[in-house]
Amino acid sequence: MDAVSHFLHAIPVDLIIIQTVNGIVTGLILALIASGLTLIFGILDVVNFAHGELFMLGAYVGVIVVAATGSFWLGLIASALIVAILGAALQIVTLRPLIGRDPLNTILVTFGISLVLQNYALWQFGPVQRKIPEPFSAHFTLFYLQYPWYRIMIAALSAAIIGGFWLFLKYSKFGIWIRATTQDRVMAQAMGIPVPLVYTGVFALGAGMAAASGVLFGPLGGVNHTMGLDWVLKAFIVVVVGGMGNLGGSIAAAIFISLLEAYAAIWLDPSQAVIVSFVALILTLLFRPTGLFVATPK
Amino acid sequence: MTAAPLQQPMTLKKSGLSHTAVFWIGFCVVMAVLIIAPLLLPEFWRRFLTEILIWGLLAMSSDLLIGYTGMVSFGHSAFFGLGMYCAAAALLILHPANLWLAILFGLAGAAGAALFVAYFSTRLRDIYFAITTLIFSQIFYVIIFTWTAVTGGENGLIFSRPHLSIPFIYDARFTSTTMHWFVLAVVTASYLFLRRVTQSPFGMVLQSIRENEARTRAIGYPVERYKIVSVMLSGLFAGLAGVLYAIQNQFVSPTFVYFITSGDTVIFNVIGGIGTLVGPIVGAGFFQLMRELLSRLFGDQFPYLIPLGIIFIAMIILLPQGLLGFARRWLNR
Repeated sequence: MDAVSHFLHAIPVDLIIIQTVNGIVTGLILALIASGLTLIFGILDVVNFAHGELFMLGAYVGVIVVAATGSFWLGLIASALIVAILGAALQIVTLRPLIGRDPLNTILVTFGISLVLQNYALWQFGPVQRKIPEPFSAHFTLFYLQYPWYRIMIAALSAAIIGGFWLFLKYSKFGIWIRATTQDRVMAQAMGIPVPLVYTGVFALGAGMAAASGVLFGPLGGVNHTMGLDWVLKAFIVVVVGGMGNLGGSIAAAIFISLLEAYAAIWLDPSQAVIVSFVALILTLLFRPTGLFVATPK
Repeated sequence: MTAAPLQQPMTLKKSGLSHTAVFWIGFCVVMAVLIIAPLLLPEFWRRFLTEILIWGLLAMSSDLLIGYTGMVSFGHSAFFGLGMYCAAAALLILHPANLWLAILFGLAGAAGAALFVAYFSTRLRDIYFAITTLIFSQIFYVIIFTWTAVTGGENGLIFSRPHLSIPFIYDARFTSTTMHWFVLAVVTASYLFLRRVTQSPFGMVLQSIRENEARTRAIGYPVERYKIVSVMLSGLFAGLAGVLYAIQNQFVSPTFVYFITSGDTVIFNVIGGIGTLVGPIVGAGFFQLMRELLSRLFGDQFPYLIPLGIIFIAMIILLPQGLLGFARRWLNR
């Protein structure tokens, strides 16, 4: 009983509000990663195990470019472009030969890619944590905290990229190709849509978005070679909870999961807070295996 | 993940020996080499060979899922780790430490974990199964890593080896040679058992789930129950590998429960050849030898996983049956 009354007295309203803001910020970064992952799954039927490593590599490219030029924005753009090209190359070399084979082959290959990329990063950059300097250092007061505007900016920017991506899918020619391919691959091909190009393009797009989120996350946490696995796990959870291949569901699930973890971190050690999202995943799989944020399939 | 139809090896036709005879002759030759090896090898390579056998057992257990039931587990580190930690618990709590009780504890721990994972994950197929097993193994990792009071947290646990004892007959300290023989005996028994399982009617049902799950269900087999049993069986042998590893190295640490171990297990399988049971052992041997070779040639800091990862990717694309794939049909007859 003592624990309960202690608990009730100690509901920390200020902490909850702070954690809500934190959760939304990380949720939007996560949504940026997960939307690439879910798009790749929806179109290529590939669970991209290497997505976390593309995120990590994006962050490293950001570190280098920002250090060289001093401009955060240049780092963001360069990193997205470079990693997108890398993603296209990876898709052509490793995934294209596997089209038509069992989808489990693709998870194995992307696992191999993640292994190579992660060890390359360790070899190239060493085990020391790097950091991207914040683009500006203004703060506002949130209770007793000096909350950096930068974090709010990240959230807004992630939302903007996702919004732009949505418009791209909706109105651009390539976006329409992508949606057509998602709906019916064979018919799309019959209509003259270059499906292999769509595959490569989608993979490059997803890789670029992962890289951009890596750069955005850079000033928030550190950049190291193992960050990929944490984030790809989170993204997997998000994509399953949101419904595989479902873009809107992934975005909602990303924010949902991040908020859950942020609230859990009030009472638990951050490394244990992860378990909360694991539990959310297990419950989803048990009761709504198609995902929380999709209409019940008929 | 299916193998193309394969021709029988030429030697069979020439010698005219029956398949069974050739298989057991080959088996005896390999066994003889592995029994004599520790007497000839220096200490380092003796331990090296023992570890390959242990990793091979872990990979072999996962082959039951990947190669026979058609489910890729990315969470075998959980079973391996639970086997390890429970064996460590038995060795630390019980006095005097008993080898067989340690094995029993390890198997019980692994079976518990396997039941838990199997219950949830077998509802899902293909990639969902892979992702769920991965996430379950991370749950176990986080628990073991953060529960410092019991598991020793990041530092792990250190203990001493039990005696190798057979009640009333034999009781002596393990030497690296007897340890090798002990591991060899366990791995061989596990291989023969798993081989029997895969050839039994039960194993046939598992393979038919791999080939066509819907049809297997339509024929009337309770597919979920078969899957749960196969995950549990697989977890049990992974746990056994964990127990052996703990006894061999006299320490346990959370790194073995981490995802890397599961990933290695999958790599051993793919390199060696899935669906062969012995392939994964060969894969483990190949991987560990390459690793040793590369770090000797280029120094300890060399990122051996880059070339090995590239070999792994190339093998999936070009040689999806693995090193022993050519013998897959033959080994399973």
